[in-house]
Amino acid sequence: MAVASSPGHFMLAKLDDVARWAQSSSVWPLTMGLACCAIEMMTVTSAEYDIARLGSEVFRSSPRQADLMIVSGRVAWKMAPVVKRLYDQMADPKWVISMGACASSGGIFDNYAVVQGIDTIVPVDVYVPGCPPSPDGLLYAVNLIQQQIREGGRGGILSRS
Amino acid sequence: MTMSTQPLTPEIVSQEGNAMVLSMGPQHPSTHGVLQIMLEIEGETVVKAEPEIGYLHTGIEKTAENLFWSQAQTVIERMDYLAPESNSLCYALAVERLLGITDGIPERARVIRVLFMELTRIASHCVWLGTHGIDLGAISVFFYCFDLRENILDLQEAAGGARMHPNYVRVGGLNGDLPNGFLAKLDAFIEKFPGRMRDLRGLLQANPIFQDRTIGVGILSPEAALEWNVTGPSLRGSGIGYDVRKAFPYTGYDSYDFDVPVRSEGDAYARFLVRLDEMEQSHRIVEQARRRLDTPGPVLIDDPKVTAPPKETIALSMEALIHHFKIVSEGFRVPPGDVYQSVESPRGELGYYVVSTGGNRPYRIRTRPPSMYNLQSVKGLAPGNLIADLVVILGSLDPVFGEVDR
Repeated sequence: MAVASSPGHFMLAKLDDVARWAQSSSVWPLTMGLACCAIEMMTVTSAEYDIARLGSEVFRSSPRQADLMIVSGRVAWKMAPVVKRLYDQMADPKWVISMGACASSGGIFDNYAVVQGIDTIVPVDVYVPGCPPSPDGLLYAVNLIQQQIREGGRGGILSRS
Repeated sequence: MTMSTQPLTPEIVSQEGNAMVLSMGPQHPSTHGVLQIMLEIEGETVVKAEPEIGYLHTGIEKTAENLFWSQAQTVIERMDYLAPESNSLCYALAVERLLGITDGIPERARVIRVLFMELTRIASHCVWLGTHGIDLGAISVFFYCFDLRENILDLQEAAGGARMHPNYVRVGGLNGDLPNGFLAKLDAFIEKFPGRMRDLRGLLQANPIFQDRTIGVGILSPEAALEWNVTGPSLRGSGIGYDVRKAFPYTGYDSYDFDVPVRSEGDAYARFLVRLDEMEQSHRIVEQARRRLDTPGPVLIDDPKVTAPPKETIALSMEALIHHFKIVSEGFRVPPGDVYQSVESPRGELGYYVVSTGGNRPYRIRTRPPSMYNLQSVKGLAPGNLIADLVVILGSLDPVFGEVDR
């Protein structure tokens, strides 16, 4: 964000930039734990990793109040319609992180029960590899989402397609 | 109002009386995973609860049938993801019994197995306590618990290379010996634990709000517990001191000195206290195992038909090269037969029924997941309670859905 500061008590910036900066600093994830990765998703809120530094510690249980869906774990075919519906219920703009090998590609479960990649159901912005990924990986993914928002990428409130 | 026996669906909403059907989950912050409970409620009171499972069905048992005996361990470890070692140890014990090499497992490997079983129990109970606290509005407990758990994950990562699924316990022993510096980390953990446990007890045990929410809630009578096949801390909270570690000792548990905590009240608070006491008993076992780790020794059975020979022998011995090639390319073969092996996982009696037809892949692996049976008791526990108490009951049963649905 380009900011021109002056000796007085005001600063100048483009409204777009300020809005994007504000938006990127409060990306609220949806509380949707699926499997093993959900435990690592909880770990990022703990003291050691502290996702609050990125402004994303407010996990919301209602999709209406969430900006970010972290698909944390294997998605069974029975769960797939639920994930899709939750995504549809989230208000725009919204982002999706596919956390872990199972969510990204089915992982080691190449069988009848697991969706082979949730990008067949919902659009994914960032994939995090690992089984499960370390909390650092998830923090980096949230960072990438913030970067996308600041650059006015897909989904930003002032994005110009 | 009459109790219907047919499964509850949202279509049966309009019944006579004030009853309505409410779907709780599968996306709900307090169902600890992807559980759906169809609730028939009258006002705030639950009349009937029907757990609807299967939202995390992964086909792990079926997948395991297509993998080598040693590869199957990777998928099996992802069933109970809060306590991965209990899965892999139980499976390894079952396969070792089929192979007839149970007595040949080196002593050091057996000690390290016990060590990790108990560490993983503490880690699992930490997650349970943290999330149980959040469900009841005590958020700070979560941070204490996850800080403690992080220490155990560090130990797992040091030994096995991964934080959550280290795949450290293998058929025939362990993946490798403990790395340098591990014992110092373990000592630091052993020293840190009692103080942290005092903090956790201080935060919750005498907390009046926590007591109001849990004492007298979800009373599971000993008879009902047996009828529902409940095991683990949930059973021991109802006054029955059944523990697989004592009843059918494995991996040398009979040589460790520990108690099995039992409470007779049968409510959510009793289950809470049993788990806290269990964490302390696990700490006792960890201390004893630590004292046995000073003597070095092998951690893998010396049987070229089951485990690959050491890498440095391959360049020197033709036989070692052949064995190595066979193990890597087609795995080991297990004599025909079937065996049931159970261990005490943090949630109860975890069992694997393993069938072999003599090939290099399992014919069938059937799991007895403790969470599945514990969870079913919700049907009996929920009626008559408030919806808010259902969250307490669920939390006190500590189900893990990777294991329920598999």
